[in-house]
Amino acid sequence: MAQFRQCPDTGLFFHKEAENLMKANAVAGVVCLLIGGILALLVVLTRWPAIHLLPADSFYMVLTAHGVCALIFWMIFFEMAILYFAGSTLLRSRLATPRWAWAGFVMMVIGAVMTLAAIFGGKSSVMMTSYVPMRAEPHFYLGLVIFAVGALIGCFVYLGTLVVAKNEKTYEGSVPLVTFGATVACIIAIFTIASGAEILIPTYLWSIGYISHIDPAMYRLIWWAMGHSSQQINVAAHVAVWYLIAGVIFGARPMSEKVSRAAYLLYIFFLQLASAHHLLTDPGLSVEWKLFNTSYAMYLAVLASMIHGLTVPGAIEVAQRKKGLTNGAFEWLRKAPWGNPVFSSMFISLVGFGFLGGISGVVMGTEQISIIIHNTIYVPGHFHATVVIGTTMAWMGLTYLLIPVLFRRKMIFPQAAKMQPYIFALGMSMVAVFHMAAGTLGVARRHWDMGFAGNPLGFEYPATAYLLMGIAGVGGVIGVIGGALFCIIAVGSLVFGEKLQKEAGLLQSFGVPLADSAYTNEKPARLPMAPAEAVEADHGESGFEAPGTFILAMVLLVSFVIYYFINWKYLSEVWGIS
Amino acid sequence: MTSLLPPAQKNWWAVPVGRQEIIWIAIALVWCLIMFFMMPLWHMYGNQNIPTEAYKVTPAKYQAKVNEMIEKYKVREETAMKIPVVAPPDGADVYLLARLWQWYPMLELKKDVTYRLHLNSIDWNHGFSLQPVNINIQVVPGYEMVLNITPNKAGEYTIVCNEYCGIMHHAMLGKIWVKE
Ligand code: HEM
Ligand SMILES: [Cu+2]
Ligand SMILES: [Cu+2]
Repeated sequence: MAQFRQCPDTGLFFHKEAENLMKANAVAGVVCLLIGGILALLVVLTRWPAIHLLPADSFYMVLTAHGVCALIFWMIFFEMAILYFAGSTLLRSRLATPRWAWAGFVMMVIGAVMTLAAIFGGKSSVMMTSYVPMRAEPHFYLGLVIFAVGALIGCFVYLGTLVVAKNEKTYEGSVPLVTFGATVACIIAIFTIASGAEILIPTYLWSIGYISHIDPAMYRLIWWAMGHSSQQINVAAHVAVWYLIAGVIFGARPMSEKVSRAAYLLYIFFLQLASAHHLLTDPGLSVEWKLFNTSYAMYLAVLASMIHGLTVPGAIEVAQRKKGLTNGAFEWLRKAPWGNPVFSSMFISLVGFGFLGGISGVVMGTEQISIIIHNTIYVPGHFHATVVIGTTMAWMGLTYLLIPVLFRRKMIFPQAAKMQPYIFALGMSMVAVFHMAAGTLGVARRHWDMGFAGNPLGFEYPATAYLLMGIAGVGGVIGVIGGALFCIIAVGSLVFGEKLQKEAGLLQSFGVPLADSAYTNEKPARLPMAPAEAVEADHGESGFEAPGTFILAMVLLVSFVIYYFINWKYLSEVWGIS
Repeated sequence: MTSLLPPAQKNWWAVPVGRQEIIWIAIALVWCLIMFFMMPLWHMYGNQNIPTEAYKVTPAKYQAKVNEMIEKYKVREETAMKIPVVAPPDGADVYLLARLWQWYPMLELKKDVTYRLHLNSIDWNHGFSLQPVNINIQVVPGYEMVLNITPNKAGEYTIVCNEYCGIMHHAMLGKIWVKE
């Protein structure tokens, strides 16, 4: 018999088994973020030329661990929690096969520990990309494979839950947009994990001697089919979280269900093309293949993101205007709850992802422009904007939302929590922008010593490059402080936060079920469709319901166009290559 | 909380889309197409394009070609390690080899002359990063890539390795001099 409890504050229903899985996955994710953040501090202090903290061998080891821990483990653990939330909680359905979900979780933990053990063993400093024929210890790859299989199980549990919900008619009509988005993320994840298996299993076999040779170019192609698609999971999932938070805080409804869902479908259709971005300066790939693939078939996935970039803030604007905040173009935005970390994290995530991460990503993914950016520190600059300011901040906002709802604890340090998104965003924007700037001066990524001390050939980057790396270092420290604050508040709330329900004890915060008394055997009422009257009203005569958002979108577009052509200009000045 | 609820209409796909979204989608689509067509246009009219010419090659064969070139065109040696410097004739095939942790040999080229630069690694992936112009090319073992390069400014250039290649990655440098 499936047991549920209803959150008295939000009305959300939690299936007991699903609830514990969400907690366990979210906590595991935050632990990985914490480790990743400590490693980030070591990395960024080493790349700050005036400090140059670690020796070379530890730097490469720590950098490998930082990438793996933050990008793979933190992201995917948290995504599992989101899937279970979107499948079970949002649909008011029991979770399909919770035992399998636990098995998946345990595998993910084992895999993560195994890979980290390999890295900290010191003989697997191969970076997360582990390009062959550079060789890590076998359990480096094996851990990743086990982790991926665990995540795959989670994806199937999610799909199973959708089937259960449909069969048991737990909702009316079509699934909510947020669940639709999570489903897109899940489908992309399955493709991604399949690519990962296709490359990591042979590589594991190679590392223990069963396979004699893996083609290095083929490795890069398939590895990036996983590596880039997994960023597409993050995007699909964090866009879903944007819609979720807009819905919870503002009661926003999608401007158009059709447009938002169609945009999501574009992600699915064109995701598998993405691997080309990373291979634009590789040998032997045909021009047609690169053009089609790097642009995801004429930038249709970019189009999708640009659509969400309008419809998410647009939905918020419409909801705010309906509440009477109709003065000028931006009253709705000025009077948004900027002191609520759920909202501020989400909105910074949206703006930062679009302006910093999105624009730089499309520019550097342009076939020829890659020549002046490939493998410079511009690349980490770009993806800290996407995956940290974009995805990580969306997850942080969701965490703030879930602490009282899912964990039934009051958040500690509310004043610090108000500041946290701004501190983190400030620091990470500095990292992103100044790494990008240093990259345009040619500073290499994954590089221990930009000064080339003691090298008989010697080379000096311009003094500006050192300055930029120094400022990025300051930003990194601020970012780590912001990240630490988040971890302290999140974990601290689970331990010390005031209980909103007497059953929510310490162990309960970390995945142990609440006492039975918290639940009932009663099936939740069917999830109703959104109220219809709301819809007619918005499409006012002009149909221009969110003018402020439109202005913001045009600002984005203009910045985009200018920045794009500036880069062509830079490119045109370098040596001729043909 | 309507983004958390099923759409208000059973047939949500038939609900007309607001004018604002249609305009934005149209603008965004046009921009996407412009960006797309910039790339083939640059292939036609631009001077910086990664060529597709590449051959599979074994380390031994590539090393032999490099040695042959050095024998023919060596002009001097540099540093205590006596790294040869090669001054190839105009338009020649120039073979540059990447290995742990060195770019080999060094080159002396002429401004505004086009050379066929061959790039290959005989061990792991490396990154050809020419500074201060900032030209970056991936070097993948087993694949010999051929680039027609035309230096457009005289000076001393350094090749940095910008693909992580192990513990001495940061020490992997090479030199190219461009003469008037
Ligand atoms: C907390 C603040 C953070 C700081 C200060 C920071 C800083 C850095 C720095 C300095 C690098 C090295 C760049 C290089 O030398 O190539 C780096 C690499 C990286 N970071 Fe972060 N980072 C932070 C958080 C994160 C988070 C949250 C994620 C993922 C969600 C992440 C993902 C990565 C990845 C994937 C790499 C590349 C590793 C590689 O090249 O293999 N970082 N980070
Ligand atoms: Cu190298
Ligand atoms: Cu290297």
